[in-house]
Amino acid sequence: MASLIGSYSLFFGLGCSLLVVLFSLKDLKNLNNFDNKILSLTFLQFLLVVLSFFGLIISFVNSDFSNLTVFNHSHTTKPLFYKISGTWGNHEGSLLLWLLVLTLFIFLFLIRSKKEPKKYRILTILFQQIIIIGFFIFLIKTSNPFDYIYPVPKEGLGLNPILQDPALAFHPPILYLGYVGTSIIFSSVLAASVSNYITKEWAKHIKQWVIISWIFLSLGILLGSIWAYYELGWGGFWFWDPVENISLMPWLALTTLLHCILVLEKKSILTSWVIILSIATFTLSMSGTFLVRSGILNSVHTFANDPERGLFILIFLFTLIFLSLFIFFFFHKTDKKNTTSFFLLSKETSILVNNWFMMYFLAVVLIGTIYPIFLDVISSQKISVGPPFYHKLIIPFLIPFLLMMAIGPKLNWIKSELQNKFYLASFFVISLFLSFMIIRMLEISILINTVLFASAFYLFFITLRDFFIKGFKNLAQNIAHFGFSLLILSILFNNFLSTEIITNLKVGETYQSNKLTINFEKIEKKKMQNFEAIIGKFNIKNESNFIEILKPELRIYNQPNIVTSEADIKTNLFSDKFMTMNLVQNQEYFNIRYQKKPFMIWIWFSVLIISFGGLFSLLKKRYES
Amino acid sequence: MYGRKVKLRFFFIILILITLSLSVFLILKSLEENVIYFQSPSEIKVLAEVKKNKIRVGGMVKNNSISVQSEELKFVITDFKNEIMVTYSGVVPNLFAEGKGVVAEGYLKDKNFFVATKILAKHDENYMPPEVKAAIEGK
Repeated sequence: MASLIGSYSLFFGLGCSLLVVLFSLKDLKNLNNFDNKILSLTFLQFLLVVLSFFGLIISFVNSDFSNLTVFNHSHTTKPLFYKISGTWGNHEGSLLLWLLVLTLFIFLFLIRSKKEPKKYRILTILFQQIIIIGFFIFLIKTSNPFDYIYPVPKEGLGLNPILQDPALAFHPPILYLGYVGTSIIFSSVLAASVSNYITKEWAKHIKQWVIISWIFLSLGILLGSIWAYYELGWGGFWFWDPVENISLMPWLALTTLLHCILVLEKKSILTSWVIILSIATFTLSMSGTFLVRSGILNSVHTFANDPERGLFILIFLFTLIFLSLFIFFFFHKTDKKNTTSFFLLSKETSILVNNWFMMYFLAVVLIGTIYPIFLDVISSQKISVGPPFYHKLIIPFLIPFLLMMAIGPKLNWIKSELQNKFYLASFFVISLFLSFMIIRMLEISILINTVLFASAFYLFFITLRDFFIKGFKNLAQNIAHFGFSLLILSILFNNFLSTEIITNLKVGETYQSNKLTINFEKIEKKKMQNFEAIIGKFNIKNESNFIEILKPELRIYNQPNIVTSEADIKTNLFSDKFMTMNLVQNQEYFNIRYQKKPFMIWIWFSVLIISFGGLFSLLKKRYES
Repeated sequence: MYGRKVKLRFFFIILILITLSLSVFLILKSLEENVIYFQSPSEIKVLAEVKKNKIRVGGMVKNNSISVQSEELKFVITDFKNEIMVTYSGVVPNLFAEGKGVVAEGYLKDKNFFVATKILAKHDENYMPPEVKAAIEGK
């Protein structure tokens, strides 16, 4: 029943789209009145997709196995929480979620843009509806979440156990809010180009959408990263895996766009650049979806390898790119009179220079991700690109990037003199000295690391000082930059100070090194709702005879029959102690990994600070207006 | 002669071009050094020489081949035509088992002996890495 309602809602939702397009086209000819039908229809469409989404959730909750999606991804013994989160833990459901966010955003856009010119609003609706229609057709034709099977099976196939996790329940919706948020920016920038409305006012209005998407995208990536940290058992937070890279690329583009919008808002320059970045951000989000969904990149995100789906998204993607390029070249007219006022030492120049760095980072990630696919297609040679590639190309350029981030905000718009040179220089000397002392203690290669640490410390100190001196002025930006310096510092310390012990132990055995002993005391078994847990108990004794007990877990799920290992992590402010164990098939030995990861929590915390910077800028605007 | 503005713009364009070509050069060069090739046991058998760089080997874990000592783990990767012995000291992923697909990253000692530094995780029991599939099918 719920499936049926959900299924019909989708068709009616598509019908709404067509009507909205029809009314919008009519309105375009007669710009004096804005048809209220458009607003009601958009709202109706949103409600219909919500209804459809709830239909799917209810089918999952009731374990209605006549629904093919539910059959493929659910099981009666699964806890209720994961029955619900399983709704978007699969291809069909996640696309429905994508559609839900698309319709939500256009509805919110309509409400929040009442002051904007009519032509621009209507065009934005039109472009957004093109995307929405594309996704409706994609959903209904190639991946309908409400397909049914007969005879109705008694039991479902179950959800991949590593997806049965709280962080992963929230990761997709939040990431999607970020991804799909870029669609509004895309539609809006196209509409603004056609109606010649790329101005300061437009920048002011679209800025909030950019910031909202940016916050959600950052948080979504953070959740995915935290999940990978404790669930995949490697104890790292970023692996330069293609799937991670694909979420990083829109983030880089979006962050660049955010800074450009600021310049546009103040100076009404860089218009072409803003358009290109907006288009690029959305295109990267879409191609990310294409790459992970089509099965080209293999990961936990690849739900089913259906070439038809990949092909559809690819065609759709190319249509959108073609459309946007067409609009960019034929409608967008650059304002000649504004191109002159560029001075070497000014805020806009420093933003532009850092934009270049970001574009370079983006290019590195893009090439590292795409090149293996490209090579496979042309020569069927299988390769992969490892972390050293990214580290080597990105880390050295972080140094000027960080310095710019510290000094740039000190400059004024248009033309500026660097003030307070003395304290800027003295801070740098202090950072350099501090880093040098730290590096000497760590016994790692001195030159590049000292400069790298110094530039991160520099940004850290400068932003810290500004909290006290500048107060509320530029606070949002300062929070975000401060968060970034903290992020880089935590990553660096985490990277250089992490230690790891890998060994194979039988129950009762003890591992000894000169620093610590690991005693494998016992294992116990526990029966849970849909898995059986084997819990190991380890006593870890360090040099000062302090004993820490860690209890990593193995979980044997009933359906599908998969073993996962749950790391046990003891977190405090200074370091994480991380332990996983594994049972090698038919052997008595357990495979143990014990890691000490300093400042792990600060990595997560600093990303939160960065996102909070964005949130603060939104709140401030609210408060001021 | 040309005005100051034209000169400035010319200088600017040259600067962009230099930066662009420099970064492209950097990226490509670094790509060349850091690429990890994937090879099946059969491909390794016919190698002209054993190189020192990191590679990936994939195939099936041969039945009854896993043995664990306290320091290391040994097993055999097979593509049903040829096989290669692998030693590894580190953590294996949960889905590492005999008769299942596996990808090992590391260095060749000789054509029959591979020292792995990483065994790659799979996310799903139904999922077979495409490289492994291709290696077994002998493409």
